[in-house]
Amino acid sequence: MVSKKNILMPIKVKKLNFEKGQRKLLSDISCEIKARGITIILGPNGAGKTLFLKFLHGLISDSTSEVTFANKTLNTSIRKQQSMVFQSPILLRRSVFKNISFALQQRTKIINKEKILKVLKRVDLLNLVNENAILLSGGEKQRLSLARAIVTLPKVLFLDEATSNLDPYSIQIIEKIIKEVNQQGTKVIAVTHDLLQAKRLANDIIFINKGKMCEFTGAKIFFSKPKSKEGKLFMAGKLIV
Amino acid sequence: MEIYWNSIFTAINLIFSFDKKLIEVFFLSFKVTIIALLISCLIGLPLGTFLATQTFKGRNLLIGIINSLMSLPPVVVGLFVYINLSRSGPFGWLGILYTPTAMIIAQIILILPIIAGLTTQIIEDLQENYNDLFVSLVTPKITTIKAYIIDARYSLITVVLAGLAKGISEVGAVIIVGGNIDHLTRVMTTTITMETSKGELSLALALGIILLITSITINLIVTYKKYNIKDRYYGK
Repeated sequence: MVSKKNILMPIKVKKLNFEKGQRKLLSDISCEIKARGITIILGPNGAGKTLFLKFLHGLISDSTSEVTFANKTLNTSIRKQQSMVFQSPILLRRSVFKNISFALQQRTKIINKEKILKVLKRVDLLNLVNENAILLSGGEKQRLSLARAIVTLPKVLFLDEATSNLDPYSIQIIEKIIKEVNQQGTKVIAVTHDLLQAKRLANDIIFINKGKMCEFTGAKIFFSKPKSKEGKLFMAGKLIV
Repeated sequence: MEIYWNSIFTAINLIFSFDKKLIEVFFLSFKVTIIALLISCLIGLPLGTFLATQTFKGRNLLIGIINSLMSLPPVVVGLFVYINLSRSGPFGWLGILYTPTAMIIAQIILILPIIAGLTTQIIEDLQENYNDLFVSLVTPKITTIKAYIIDARYSLITVVLAGLAKGISEVGAVIIVGGNIDHLTRVMTTTITMETSKGELSLALALGIILLITSITINLIVTYKKYNIKDRYYGK
């Protein structure tokens, strides 16, 4: 179990900018993400949500921007205490068990069979432990990705639209686990454009549109009365990208 | 049609009479190709993986050169090796011209770019898929390289087969550097060339049939084994 006090928090982002060619994909994003609860990054398609998440996790870096965890600049040691679940599951061409053991080995250097079986039971994949991961269904693949991400007991868990295109059963399992790991002390930062899911999970909402952070507020406030014009339009289903 | 029947009859006769000459030529062919293939794989597989996973100045140029070398004309390779190994050449002192070693060197030059070039392509494709995961897990470089080779193993078997096909069917280079010397450097392909020029078409065709059957058999066995393991693991 992760200790309740999260040593990687708060996350501070200062003037995050990112351009590709002539296109400005992220523009002047600054914020401070607190340890408490689940933070949902919300916004329409192509808003820059995934890009922002990748910056937070260090998959993309930029010398001009600064991302700090507990006032320390993002480095390898901090990144080793984080995990990410990708929108399209990235699975090794190996068995379900070996996919998890590979991740565990990167962190602890030891393969704890009991721990692996326990996490597989949690995502309801215990009966598929020796199956090849490539042959799993979409929902099973994403549940395996989540199991691989949480087996290392990360301090911060990033989820990039982890439940898009999944069946209700898989969504239910994933959301249940997200809430559990958060209660155990893991900070969860998830990207979604699913309003209902955001309502079910979020404590805070970061609303991004066209690479700009339009709003960073509590979920209740955002869903009852969004401050930004873009937020209001998005909630009304009228925001055009 | 008569020539085909004669050839098939001659081939069967040669095989079942355990013709000493045929056995000698047959085994030398495979000895040369298998050694060249092993050396090419030992260098080419890690080299291809390195090129696919590393970024450095001149990388694209190097990949371009390796890809160009995949279509090297064997006679040009033969000539190049010949010049270098001949008495007046820079490596003449080794005294290995007209020996199986020279033939192995020529075959390595032909097979190595195929192994390295195709490996680069396969691992590059896999890297596109895996890269974010490995960066996220902060996986050490050496572990990622190992993971790429393990996960691309079935595709890499096909690469090795392509190398084998190139080596076993090669004649232009080995005839120049080997000299087609009886009991020393005569292999299947050079024997076929010689018998054809002598007008012994039946014998040449018979040897061709044996070479073809052997080559197809090896490919079928390896492919069968590959899919057998794959099916067991991935399901049908």
